[in-house]
Amino acid sequence: MTRIQLNVNETIHDVEVEPRHSLVDTLREGCGLTGSHIGCEHGVCGACTVLVDDQPVRGCLMFAVQADGKDIRTVEGLDDDGAFNALQQAFHEHHALQCGFCTPGMLMLATWIVERGLPVDDNELREIMASNLCRCTGYRNILRAVRAVLDASGQDGAGA
Amino acid sequence: MTLIGKSVPRLEDRELLTGTGRFAGDQNFEGQLHMRVVRASLAHGRILSVDTAAAAASPGVFAVWTGVDVADVSPINLRPGSALQDLEKCRQHILAQDIVRYVGEPVAVVFADDPYRAEDAAELIWADIEELPPVVGLMDMPGEFAPGVSTEPAVLVKGYGDVDAAFASAAHIVDCELSVGRHAGVPLETRGALAIWNDDENRLEFHAAAKIPHTNRIALAELLGLELDQLHLFEGHVGGGFGVRGEIYPDEVLVNLAALRFRRPVKWIEDRMEHLIAANHSREQTHRIRAAINADGLILAIDDEFWFNQGAYARTHGATVPVVSATMLPGPYKVPAYRATGRIRLTNVTPAGTYRGPGRYETTFVREQLMDTIAAELDLDPLAVRRTNLIAADEMPYERPFEIGGKPIIYDSGDYPESLARFLDHVDYDAVQAEMAERRASGEMAGAAIICFVELGGDGPFDDVRVEMDTDGRVEVITGVASVGQGVETVIAQICADTLGIDYAGITVTHGQTDRIARGQGARASRVTVMTGNATHKAASGVRGMLLEKAAELLQSPVETLEISDGVIGIVEGLGEGPSVTVAAAAAEILRGQNAPRIAVEESFENDRATYSFGAQLAVVVVDPLTAGVTVERFAVVYDIGRAVNPMLVEGQLVGGAVQGIGGALFEEFLYDETGQPLSVSFADYLMPTAAEVPDVECLVLEDSPSTTNPLTLKSGGDPGITGAGAAIAAAIGDAIGRPGAIKRLPVTPLRLRAILRGDADRKQEKNNAENGVST
Amino acid sequence: MKPASFEYVTAESWDAAAASLAEHGDDALILAGGQSLVPVMNFRLAQPAVLVDVNVIPDSAYLQIDGDSLRIGALTRHVRFEAPGIDGPLGRLLPRIAHHIAHLPIRMRGTFGGSLAHADPASEWCTLARTLDAVMIAQSVTGERRIAAADFFHSALATDLADDEVLREVELPALGPDWRCGFAEFNRRAGDFAIVQSVAAIELHEGQIVSARIGVGGATETPQRSGAAEKALLGGAPTSELFAEAAGAAADAIEDFLTDQQANADLRRDLVRVMVLRALEDAVSAG
Repeated sequence: MTRIQLNVNETIHDVEVEPRHSLVDTLREGCGLTGSHIGCEHGVCGACTVLVDDQPVRGCLMFAVQADGKDIRTVEGLDDDGAFNALQQAFHEHHALQCGFCTPGMLMLATWIVERGLPVDDNELREIMASNLCRCTGYRNILRAVRAVLDASGQDGAGA
Repeated sequence: MTLIGKSVPRLEDRELLTGTGRFAGDQNFEGQLHMRVVRASLAHGRILSVDTAAAAASPGVFAVWTGVDVADVSPINLRPGSALQDLEKCRQHILAQDIVRYVGEPVAVVFADDPYRAEDAAELIWADIEELPPVVGLMDMPGEFAPGVSTEPAVLVKGYGDVDAAFASAAHIVDCELSVGRHAGVPLETRGALAIWNDDENRLEFHAAAKIPHTNRIALAELLGLELDQLHLFEGHVGGGFGVRGEIYPDEVLVNLAALRFRRPVKWIEDRMEHLIAANHSREQTHRIRAAINADGLILAIDDEFWFNQGAYARTHGATVPVVSATMLPGPYKVPAYRATGRIRLTNVTPAGTYRGPGRYETTFVREQLMDTIAAELDLDPLAVRRTNLIAADEMPYERPFEIGGKPIIYDSGDYPESLARFLDHVDYDAVQAEMAERRASGEMAGAAIICFVELGGDGPFDDVRVEMDTDGRVEVITGVASVGQGVETVIAQICADTLGIDYAGITVTHGQTDRIARGQGARASRVTVMTGNATHKAASGVRGMLLEKAAELLQSPVETLEISDGVIGIVEGLGEGPSVTVAAAAAEILRGQNAPRIAVEESFENDRATYSFGAQLAVVVVDPLTAGVTVERFAVVYDIGRAVNPMLVEGQLVGGAVQGIGGALFEEFLYDETGQPLSVSFADYLMPTAAEVPDVECLVLEDSPSTTNPLTLKSGGDPGITGAGAAIAAAIGDAIGRPGAIKRLPVTPLRLRAILRGDADRKQEKNNAENGVST
Repeated sequence: MKPASFEYVTAESWDAAAASLAEHGDDALILAGGQSLVPVMNFRLAQPAVLVDVNVIPDSAYLQIDGDSLRIGALTRHVRFEAPGIDGPLGRLLPRIAHHIAHLPIRMRGTFGGSLAHADPASEWCTLARTLDAVMIAQSVTGERRIAAADFFHSALATDLADDEVLREVELPALGPDWRCGFAEFNRRAGDFAIVQSVAAIELHEGQIVSARIGVGGATETPQRSGAAEKALLGGAPTSELFAEAAGAAADAIEDFLTDQQANADLRRDLVRVMVLRALEDAVSAG
């Protein structure tokens, strides 16, 4: 066992891990943050997507020991004392989730797109969001929700 | 204030958007063991021995079981009403006893203190299995499941009318062979289960249950030898159902049995590879279908023989899929005489159950390709053939004189030709066809098609709902229904709030908890909104009556003069001014001096008729003739739901279903090699559509034909998105390549489409050769 | 799908990585981006006793023109190639290839060197390396070894790297301004491994093709250069007819096609013809 330190959503977690423990298993079992989900454990579905030093990462393809000392952001860090942030609100209003299992991964991937601050046209948005699988929504409303947030923040893709 | 019909946002969303849901993996109990299943690696074989010594000695291991340890547990029963008697002989034991019959069959199970260590130990188990010849293909010669039991254990025959006479007098006879590949619901959350023995309550608790907790409670109690009150099931969040999740499989029984025997909590989370070889598959069938046609393209009779690949064992659904297939194949068309002969076949592959739109996805593909074949052979317009055969509005209610589940099939309402006409107008089908013709003229393989279907749902026999209100006016609706992510809580809260005249957002909808209500039917067969909705309406009406009666007393005004609006009971608008009282105050008055903390009204809604509704779909595709790749450019759905409680959620079901169906039409398939080894064991081989493979699905939700089967006039909405998707994509590809009816098998992979395109090229070459006098 | 136990070692330098490999031999594997290795470990198809994490090695991710070569640090992430900051035909080709690799989060983690060392038959970088005759620079405790691409790929998922060698850098020829490069691949879904892909590079002089490199990936166990296609192109003008002839030659010359549930040999042969043709068309139009 190795002791590592993860700074998750601006809270320091000291956790004991085996080298083979995945980052997502460690967030869920070691840090008690079960919002990041495990859908395939081979890097395809994206349900475990979290931000590591502000970059989207498949939590099943990184070992927790590799994230020692890094800043990690998960779905639990999005809301502001219970108030939805813009993406959460847009997902809610556009009915961009059904069972909700893929939702944390979709939200974290979308967070990266929005925070990147670049204009994103519809094709690029579709292509990036195609990184993660959803089995319920048929994607339409997810794309609409992210689009709405991008448009509201001036990333409407004009000139992209 | 009317809430039925409003696209209000969902009550379910908050937890799911903030990462505070309680999915199976999110739940833990102190001291829990983790279970890991060891699965057969051969498709068919006799177990000679299973060596568990190394696993038992592996760090953290608490126990290891093989077949002998659970020999006293009977095989898993088929659900009552779902069985053909002959399938009972083909049930599955929770751990293989002597024979393994598919790759993935549980042969041993390890319990350890950590999931990683459980997997370490499971790897050390060595099963010595003598290989037996497998039967892999659906159309292979049947063998023996067990001595004296054929691998074709049951043949069902459904029909009506004089089929033979119709064929004898037909102007044309059209026949084709059509197949649907093996796919499945594949929810994004794999299966999982937690069981704990609760000593205080003297009961076993099964957490992370799903779909049909009350039904499963009865079945599990019987399997485990428990009295019914010694077992309770608790549903948490469920990451997608689609028919697959929430059935009783060997794994769920093992978890409960272990918690019962060990008196220690046991947790099991299936991994993705296991899911793809162990959870129910579905769909795979082959049809040899013939139609007798008159000179105008009117169908006089259909005679269909089909084969259904049940896989290695009969499972809980029994014969549900073939029965629905046989009875729903005629769909929206008149078909005056009909015969279906369904051959249920066992093979050495993963067993099958239902998958969203069971029996309809498959037979809509078969029927609609038949329609295209009729059009092609009689040189008629495909849409015209469909119009000629559609059931007319004045024929409603339309009875098909056979039975499904002991009930007659009666299409309750609909104006199919009018719905189709509205859809054609909505999607501007004339313009679509003109564009396709133009693109094809310029050398592009672009095509479009419209297909029609009938959906069923809203199935009984009953649903119970208890509506409770406390002295603060807070309402809880307790149901025996389950949520698989479709929006149950919101819809039920809307109906309850609409009935009571209060806000929906404060209503708690409790589902899937067997200790809260005695009976329940769960979330299956697209039935929740219709059945639970009507039961909710009944129970809430009871509460409303109590509130109004009390208010009448308090306000000194007759009940008829009162209404509830925004949680306040007052004089009906227009009848003058008067005092008012809040719902909470009225509730408090009712409860004054009583022991009960809440008003409670429990009601049953019973119904022995399903709802039937019309839908149609448009697909526009372009085929790359050089790679045989297909791009879906446009997809649209029309569906006459009668009355939509929440149109936004209805659209969500249509869009999501359509994309799942496109998956089965183009990408998804469980394939096996000739020895029965599965080839689709990861998401790199079982290809589900991403956002990049599908267009934004368009919806036209009609509310033209209210149901006549229930007071709220609701119809089902869970499955219509998927039902026609295979048919629509296949028909559009047929149009694109200039050969309606050419697609004989789903999914339409590049490999299969290449063969069709290549066949065309060869035929063309032959024709040219013949014309040029060259012999081949 | 939890991996078997392993010892985790971080290497602060290539020397340290090589030393770890020397110490542990074939029990050790290098962990770079992990986007291919970790899934294989989660399926327990790979069970290394030691994992040597090279991600922390400084100055190991770069694209650098050095004379006639483009030097690529083994830990350069795929996403870096989407904006390589390099002029010329190679600078225009790299983003078009990189864009086809998996999905963005995978591209942000996965590395150039990791892809080559993993040697998937349908890896875009492997096909590029073979087409342009890249030189792989492997390091061990005994020193450095330069391996030509033609010798590097042994079979699917097997390379010339010895157990004690780590891939440190790759050199690609920095193609001159007269080169035109193109890429095409076919897969069933965006981001999937290609069923067949092709890299085409042609050098034009006064309207004639004076050099040609045609590579095909996904069709066979290892990426191949198509001598038949290159021969067909040499000396000709870059016309559709000639491209079609070369693509046909490429398809006809391959004998040992991979077959799997996605595609048999016949479909792969068709796809080679189409992808080589499209890569050549891409070279002329965008290259």
